[in-house]
Amino acid sequence: MKVAAFLALLPAAGSAAAATDAALLRRGEQVYDRCAACHAIEQHRTGPAHCGLFGRKAGAAPGYAHYSEALKKSGIVWDDKSLARFLADPMTVVPGTSMTYLGVTDPREREALVAYMRQATKECKLAR
Amino acid sequence: MEQQGQPFSFINPGRRNALVLTAGAVALLAGREALAKGQPTSEADVRILNTALAAELEAVAAYQAGAESGLLGTTAKPIALQFQGHHREHADLLAGAVRKLGGKPVEARSRYSFPLEKLKSEADVLRFAAGLERGAVSAYLNAVPLFNDRRLAQAAASILGDEAMHWAVFRQVQGETPVVPAAFMS
Repeated sequence: MKVAAFLALLPAAGSAAAATDAALLRRGEQVYDRCAACHAIEQHRTGPAHCGLFGRKAGAAPGYAHYSEALKKSGIVWDDKSLARFLADPMTVVPGTSMTYLGVTDPREREALVAYMRQATKECKLAR
Repeated sequence: MEQQGQPFSFINPGRRNALVLTAGAVALLAGREALAKGQPTSEADVRILNTALAAELEAVAAYQAGAESGLLGTTAKPIALQFQGHHREHADLLAGAVRKLGGKPVEARSRYSFPLEKLKSEADVLRFAAGLERGAVSAYLNAVPLFNDRRLAQAAASILGDEAMHWAVFRQVQGETPVVPAAFMS
């Protein structure tokens, strides 16, 4: 039995899981606030917009022309794992990146941030 | 540390009572220039400075958009323009430091994209500005430990303090409680 179907038979457990998800997303949004000097979901800023990030090749956001050569050549495709790894220590994972940021070093904060970004970047419209 | 017999300080408290980096801070960097040129550590510092510079130039543009929105009242607008002036001073300092290290400072972009269609009131503009300032605090907090030159780290920390004050003022104006949300920042 799939997890969703199983949870549907257990309303209380399902509610608890949903609450956990909601809390994780709220926490992730708070962590994302740290990115606001350079990033937004729908607008290119000093850094690229994040809309449509998951599944996209690094350095390939449509309309953003300020990537470092290092990121463009990194070969990264953004998913939960690659994003978490990069956010933990951007300058080590991609030497030469313009994202000169120490990193989101707390694993729980990274998990929340990635969860929030996964949701926020698929329910968005890239500003042109 | 001393320069020309004077105790070194990169902060000049006498200038308009603002946190202002003295010319000496940048001039000191010149002394390191020859040593630093061509070294990867210098390149990394230039990259960090240029990312900060790009964000400062964008902040100047964002405040300009806010000031021209017609949404700011007679109390908020002078504050916003004062903070814009701080960001302009930050940008000038950062660009000077990049040059002293032999790098090329990034320039302001010809066009910025802000969510102006979502700014309908003074509160919206202040919330947007507060978000930028909060992000700037984190950006500098995460840049300070990356500098190879500790004097640059100190300069960045000085800017961080200014950004944190901007954020606190906006939180106060917006009635956020507590005004200072925590003992530590991330």
